[in-house]
Amino acid sequence: MTQNVGIVIVSHSLKVAEGAADMARQMVGNSVSIAYAGGNAEGGIGTDVASIIAAIETAWSDAGVAILVDLGGAETNSEMAIEMMQEDRRDRVVICNAPIVEGAVMAATEASGGSNLAKVKATAEELMAQ
Amino acid sequence: MKPESEAMTLDLKASVRLTNEVGLHARPSVKLTQSAKRFRARVEVATAADGPWVDAKSPVKIMRVKALKGETLHFRASGTDASQALDALVDLVQRKFGEE
Repeated sequence: MTQNVGIVIVSHSLKVAEGAADMARQMVGNSVSIAYAGGNAEGGIGTDVASIIAAIETAWSDAGVAILVDLGGAETNSEMAIEMMQEDRRDRVVICNAPIVEGAVMAATEASGGSNLAKVKATAEELMAQ
Repeated sequence: MKPESEAMTLDLKASVRLTNEVGLHARPSVKLTQSAKRFRARVEVATAADGPWVDAKSPVKIMRVKALKGETLHFRASGTDASQALDALVDLVQRKFGEE
């Protein structure tokens, strides 16, 4: 049995990250591992590389991890988190260019069907196409 | 033509009325795509018998269908397990997506 792709949500707000994770989890139950990181190290609005790395490790799957982000810093800090990971894991983590809440739900849904990382990313990003 | 390839090109159809309160809302859409993904067959959905058809395995596309209670969902499927896929999807809709 192969593992499903994991999902990580990275927001400037812990509440947004937690809420988006709750929504995705309500859709797919426990079939997909979902983790989130939100807020800076001081607990304010922002993002924190260490907590993003921790979230990726929590959601880790050998099939890879898809990250959903909100604004600029969430993306750059997620990129930094990926850079700091073990070399053999880096290419199995992708950042999706998709709206954070809807993207998380769609990515989790796609992952729950056993799709690979590229397909999970593509489904989240399909939201951007009209 | 071999029987296998004949089965591959056969387009099976089924239709079922949406009777659950919220229609094809977010959660029902997710359940429909998850159910469709369990089969190898290509499965498509439409709200009219002549289309337009959308991929039943795409959560983004299915959520955009926005079908309401009382509307009829049309399915068409092709592939070796097309008939099982249609049975499963019709059953899911008839069971109101297990939500009520």
